[in-house]
Amino acid sequence: MELVRSLQLVAGEEVLSIAGLILLLWAAWAGDKAARAISIATVAALTVAALIAAPALCGAAMGADTIAFGGQYRADAFSAFGKLLIYASAAVTLIVAPAFFDRFKAMRAEFPLLVLFAALGMGIMVSATDLLTLYIGLELNSLASYVLAAILRKDERSAESGLKYFVLGSLASGILLYGVSLTYGFTGTTSFTGIHAALAAGTLSTGAVFGMVFVLAGMAFKISAAPFHMWTPDVYEGAPTPVTTFFATASKVSALALLMRISLVAFGAVPQAWQQIVIFAAILSIVIGALGAIGQANIKRLMAYSSINNVGFILIGLACANQPGAAAMLIYIAIYVAMSVAGFVAILMLRDEDGEPVESIADLAGLSKTRPGLAAALAAVMFSLAGIPPLFGFWGKFVVFQAAVQANLVALAAIGIAASVIGAFYYLKVVKVMYFDEAADKVRGKSELAHGVLLVIASVFISPLGYLLTNWLHTLAGNAAAALFHF
Amino acid sequence: MSGFPILSLMLLVPLVGAVACLKAGREQARMIALVTTLVDLALGAVLWANFDTGGAQWQFTERANLFAGFSWALGIDGIALVLIALTVFLMPICIGASWNSIEKRAGEYYAAFLLMETLMIGVFAAQDLFLFYIMFEAGLIPMYLIIGIWGGADRIYASYKFFLYTLLGSVLMLIAMFWMVNAAGTTDIPTLMQYNFPPHAQTWLFLAFFASFAVKMPMWPVHTWLPDAHVQAPTAGSVILAGVLLKMGGYGFIRFSLPMFPVASAQFAPLVWGLSMAAVVITSLIALVQHDIKKLIAYSSVAHMAIVTIGLFAFNVQGLEGSMLIMLSHGLVAGALFLGVGVIYDRLHTREIDRYGGLAINMPYFALFFLLFTMASIGLPGTSGFVGEFLSLMGVYQASSWVALVCTTGIILGAAYMLYLYRRVIFGEQKNADAAAMPDLDTREWLMMVPLGLVVLWMGVYPESFLAPMRKDIAMLDARVAVAAPKGDAQVKKGAAKPAAEHEAAEHNDAQGEAH
Repeated sequence: MELVRSLQLVAGEEVLSIAGLILLLWAAWAGDKAARAISIATVAALTVAALIAAPALCGAAMGADTIAFGGQYRADAFSAFGKLLIYASAAVTLIVAPAFFDRFKAMRAEFPLLVLFAALGMGIMVSATDLLTLYIGLELNSLASYVLAAILRKDERSAESGLKYFVLGSLASGILLYGVSLTYGFTGTTSFTGIHAALAAGTLSTGAVFGMVFVLAGMAFKISAAPFHMWTPDVYEGAPTPVTTFFATASKVSALALLMRISLVAFGAVPQAWQQIVIFAAILSIVIGALGAIGQANIKRLMAYSSINNVGFILIGLACANQPGAAAMLIYIAIYVAMSVAGFVAILMLRDEDGEPVESIADLAGLSKTRPGLAAALAAVMFSLAGIPPLFGFWGKFVVFQAAVQANLVALAAIGIAASVIGAFYYLKVVKVMYFDEAADKVRGKSELAHGVLLVIASVFISPLGYLLTNWLHTLAGNAAAALFHF
Repeated sequence: MSGFPILSLMLLVPLVGAVACLKAGREQARMIALVTTLVDLALGAVLWANFDTGGAQWQFTERANLFAGFSWALGIDGIALVLIALTVFLMPICIGASWNSIEKRAGEYYAAFLLMETLMIGVFAAQDLFLFYIMFEAGLIPMYLIIGIWGGADRIYASYKFFLYTLLGSVLMLIAMFWMVNAAGTTDIPTLMQYNFPPHAQTWLFLAFFASFAVKMPMWPVHTWLPDAHVQAPTAGSVILAGVLLKMGGYGFIRFSLPMFPVASAQFAPLVWGLSMAAVVITSLIALVQHDIKKLIAYSSVAHMAIVTIGLFAFNVQGLEGSMLIMLSHGLVAGALFLGVGVIYDRLHTREIDRYGGLAINMPYFALFFLLFTMASIGLPGTSGFVGEFLSLMGVYQASSWVALVCTTGIILGAAYMLYLYRRVIFGEQKNADAAAMPDLDTREWLMMVPLGLVVLWMGVYPESFLAPMRKDIAMLDARVAVAAPKGDAQVKKGAAKPAAEHEAAEHNDAQGEAH
């Protein structure tokens, strides 16, 4: 019975695995001609998986009913929240990709499959409640991601970014695995609840602290938090833009959700042991993300630093180490995904006359005269990332800082919000180039309908109209956070 | 009118107009903008007419729980009413000022202005702490674009400075708001105004709010963004900046700092006085040596705003009423002065004082209006400037006669730099041929100047019309801060009948004290 019940709980993953295997055969047989059809089938599979996950979130599934495979895996509202965001991001990646790759004649049949397997790995990551499940999900995701970064074989930057991602990512995985083994050695269990109980019972041994630090360091790499952020700008810049979109959205969600589960559940009994690390990483990420972005000339690199900066704000929610903090993080993550989608889709729409991508910020000069709609959307993304009201990006900062103040971390909140002003400077720079400078008129290429539709949807979400969704978003994030703490 | 959401409507009308302007051409956009602002002006008149003076403190209240964490709560008292009236009154004039001078990207320009109107009314009407913050901060984006796109030569520097200065000031206020909401358990502004925060916390909260409002006000020494922003902004941008945006700082003090943190306000009053005294003297002296007309008026704004802060922190009814009247008067007068500068700038495209001269000969009507507004800025009795400054200084005299003494020099210096400006621009020889050839006011400019002039005189002759709606709210505020009010060194009292010798001696003492 236990097995049947478990298999029911992982229905979404089963759908994705089976679909992945079938589509893999199809891809092998039909070749690159079938790439678009496979993409559509993959989006369909992701939709089915999302529909399977949704009831858990809306129904606030938590507790013993959600445990599968003897505590290795959990299909609760928290994992459903993460999965919905991951599957939506993966679907967006697949929708925007063909137009980008067609120009290089590089729309390969493997691309949707790699995205599918990465999404599957990410789904396992957010559901993992055991160090081993965690590692399986993480590696399934990582291996697919390394290949995705390098998928434009003939493009040097893409190959370089794939290689960098692989080398540094493996190093981080190694660090993480070392931390996992130490943790196992000093607590005697790999289950998150078991680790929680072991740490709650006795005094915290040095070995366990070491294990925890290594695990957190490995995770900091995955979420690109400073001081483990160095790979981010290179990979974001070099990877094909649809893949960057995927890294900025789905990968971020899964790694952050996993970090939340590890910190708040496995190490949740000893928050004082890791809070300082998180606070340090948060402030450092905010400052490095903001300062590093100032000199950037490439908009994708700018978005990379912006993601480091935003991770810092998200970590402030984690530093609260309580349920409101977790809910605030989830809200921020959801809004951040929308902002990233809008940002990268807008970047994908920036093309010159020959259809080549325009990535230099200087080439955006006067965009508001030649392409007012696109410029307005990009400006909204920039103001939103900077957290200026009335754009919806402000709400993410709002909930995170409110949680910090409620958790008595007033000094952290004050430093964090003051540092956010540094970040506003470079976001303003992009707006300045687009609105105040004389038109360079580089961006002349036509846009795809699919891109336009996605951009409109994401822009409406980050516009002030997004506030109308706050009640709903708070309910869902509240469900998810409650499930996280109910173990 | 009860139950009809007139405040929401006043917010919605310009917003709809803004969206309509975005896609429209120049001709349609300015027409849409004019009609929209006039409709809002009419709604403002309806609002004033239906305001029950002496009735409930909060009127036209609306509340809808549309959002998580805060609510759509609107409502006004007399203080908010007059500031909203000022906003809707100035907006059509701003549109008029831009009528011919804005040629590029007119649709977006008018959209930005209408969006500003929504946000400004929203700031004054918000009854929820976070709704207020959102409206307060959101104004940065349209103003950044207005300065940056349609501004003068050095506009980019000015727009950055404006944005980052005011943003840095405001973010700490948000943290303080979180703390307050956490402690008081509500985001409702009227409730928070009655809530007694512990005194040690008030100190920090006051400082966080002070950082924001002092920059917005602007107070010396964080005023330096203002001259840059004013000089580079287009005429209408300067009008709205001086007319309404600067009032948000004063409104913030009167709505938040004083009633919510009375103890800390009293504690920091000497700091505010010190900064204001420095501002009055220093910025007036700086204004004296300016060669740029807009910069001169911008520095005079800082000096006038310093008298506002002095009055606010006098902790008595005269000071508070005086400050409110200066804010209204300065909104009209500084707006009108910038408008006047715009009139001659449109003709000669320079703000250099030396490039003008002898305009009284070829532009007599312009000279007349400019004289009226110059006199109002100086604070001549009979104009709006006098009433507020007199009350404000009277109020602070009761709190500290030294502060009053120093601040009164501001009036003298104000007369000096304004008259000096007037002499150089309007009187004297017609040394520049192109300036001498400028035509006098046209119909559009008459239509903008006359209403401003009439209201300035009205406020000067019969200020009661503007004081009446605020009286009860000011009295309540005075009662709220009375507990913490510092004991003044010079109490103005009605003297009892005294024997002749004693009376003379007393008069002698008074005369020394009042020597200003």
